[in-house]
Amino acid sequence: MDLTFNEQESAFRDELRAWLADNQPGAKPPADAGDDAQFKWRRDWQRRMYEAGWAAPAWPREYGGRGASQTESAIYFEEMGRARVPFAANTLGLLLGGPTLMVWGTDEQKERYLPPILSAEEIWCQGFSEPEAGSDLASLKTKAVKDPTHPDEWLVTGQKVWTSGAQYAKWCMLVARTDGEVAKHKGLTYFLMDMEQEQVQIRPLRQITGEAEFNELFIEEARIPDANVVGGVGNGWKVALTTLMNERAGLGFALQVRLRQLLDDVIAAAGEKGLLENPLYADKIAELHIRCETIRLLAWKGLTDSERYGQPGPEGSLVKWLWSDTNQRATQLAADVIGPEALTSGTLWSYELMRSRGNTIEGGTTEVLKNIVAERVLGLPRLKVAA
Amino acid sequence: MDFGLTDDQRDIQRTARDLLAERSTFARVREHAEAHTTDTALWRELCELGWPGIAIAEEHGGQGLGVIELSILCEELGRAMAPVPFLASAMAACVIEQAGSPEQRERWLPGLASGETIGALAGASDGSAGLVVSGAEAGVIVLVEDDGAGRIVTPGEAEVSPLDAIDPTRSAARVEADSTVGEPLEHGCPGLGRALVAVSAELVGVSERALEMTVEYVKDRKQFGVPVGAFEAVSHRCAQMLLDTEKARSATAQAAWSADAHPEGLAEAAAMAKAAASDAGREVTQGAIQMHGGIGFTWEADVHWLYKRAQIDSVLLGGASRHRARLAEILADRVSASAAA
Repeated sequence: MDLTFNEQESAFRDELRAWLADNQPGAKPPADAGDDAQFKWRRDWQRRMYEAGWAAPAWPREYGGRGASQTESAIYFEEMGRARVPFAANTLGLLLGGPTLMVWGTDEQKERYLPPILSAEEIWCQGFSEPEAGSDLASLKTKAVKDPTHPDEWLVTGQKVWTSGAQYAKWCMLVARTDGEVAKHKGLTYFLMDMEQEQVQIRPLRQITGEAEFNELFIEEARIPDANVVGGVGNGWKVALTTLMNERAGLGFALQVRLRQLLDDVIAAAGEKGLLENPLYADKIAELHIRCETIRLLAWKGLTDSERYGQPGPEGSLVKWLWSDTNQRATQLAADVIGPEALTSGTLWSYELMRSRGNTIEGGTTEVLKNIVAERVLGLPRLKVAA
Repeated sequence: MDFGLTDDQRDIQRTARDLLAERSTFARVREHAEAHTTDTALWRELCELGWPGIAIAEEHGGQGLGVIELSILCEELGRAMAPVPFLASAMAACVIEQAGSPEQRERWLPGLASGETIGALAGASDGSAGLVVSGAEAGVIVLVEDDGAGRIVTPGEAEVSPLDAIDPTRSAARVEADSTVGEPLEHGCPGLGRALVAVSAELVGVSERALEMTVEYVKDRKQFGVPVGAFEAVSHRCAQMLLDTEKARSATAQAAWSADAHPEGLAEAAAMAKAAASDAGREVTQGAIQMHGGIGFTWEADVHWLYKRAQIDSVLLGGASRHRARLAEILADRVSASAAA
């Protein structure tokens, strides 16, 4: 057991820290500057990281990354969180799209799509969830059929939801049903859909924070060439799982550091008000401190066990569950500690208080995560539901 | 960063688990619990194997290994609910080794290492400790006052009255020692950190076993024509039990590592471990009884032994609330230090 970084990892962290000390994205544009200004800010930041070789250190060197180990990649996200810089504009391309293509894409696809993901020239979005297919993703209804007049093209029709960044995206990772006759997991295909066509209509989805991080997509006979099928027709579920597995890694380390910072700010505020000497506040704060530290330990244990011993433990499914719940509790406590002024619109506290409600839903609801833990980690039987 | 055990540590774990699976079955535990006796045959065997001295320095007759190795044994003994005075004795040795004078270490550690002397450790208030685990059979008792001042007393000097605790797999006693009795420990009690790791590790083992038994039971028990573990009300409780256990395990692992490699972090890590393990021990064993349904409430089912051990351990050397209060003090000190900087 050694809960410290080795020399190479420490050197990686120090190099990144030094770069981050000299390179900052500048102040976040104010909320009233609009979504476009904020997006531009994140795109400029990604370009800057790209030029310095920091956009995607986990990518192999042949694709423009640094071939960073899993541990180094986690350090990268921890440091990004610690430096309080925004996520890259093309985070979905960097973390989900690129790695999925590296596993399933043809050489032509890799050559065509990977470079502009890295440089933020082409932004990616994710078309998985549908209004009637959330946790039960494989039941999705968006359909792709061969165009009878152009046999090397598909026509896609359906509706997608929770598509973040759709208004800026060039490519959508789209899962659609290409065979309605077979079992639901087997009739799916993974496509790259060009967002720049009028058959794809984007409607912003305003969320409880008031902003629109997400969109709905209305797709009416959108065209996708055969060349944009990833991983073969009928293999979409497997390809989608590759994408989803990447969704749960990486970013978690940045989010866990952000929770740590939020809690440190709450602790500092509580200290100033003398509330750390109040046993009721002290007890709650200490409990959140323990949770925060165990999230970090579980995240690192999950990653290093799989890196070193090839055996991921149960931690992966536990970390997201514990993090999302703890983030909600921390924002609640912040309001108690700081008082009503924390709830003034536009403060970080009020934003987090609202945004954190999404944490237990996005990327796998807590209820589904508990089912995954029960079935896959504990081996409990699954209750059969009507198909 | 590496959370794994070394090959040697893994061997210790495997050997301990195999041995205890054979020697400390629930049938055997029950026999001793119902008779209120220590399993002296098992204790002798463990002593011959050198277990009580695992973390005691070689110069005092121990094996000179670390707190990680000690916590592996505590966890396995907790899993097996072994009716032996290992934990109490190991905790007493930890404190004497860390806080005792050279003479005190010389006098007590060799006997604790060989198992010839059984030790016990308890928090006390003005020399009075209401329930000392393994106290009835201890030859040396370390009492630690709320302010951290520690004293070594012997049964000849102190008044030791055996009593029945809810966990009948280990002896217990009330100990009274007026202030003129015994020898003060030379250095307050920084050594309590290691003792906290030991009891936290036992709680992890107890929780782990309770969860395993529960999972096995809910897969097997059928109602409404399906195994009850298929119902989310049941399976989600089991998932929660796993989360609680893993939180406790990771916090305890960090504390054990701190004790061996990063002592300046031990006070905080040990408080976190004891708070997390105390909560887990209670929650998980309560869950085990509830998920077993009616049978879980019977004397005949074995889950109650785990529940009772967890209840005692979780208040031993302070419950979760006490350790969260300690953490809040550490956090407050940190806030004032950074404000001053």
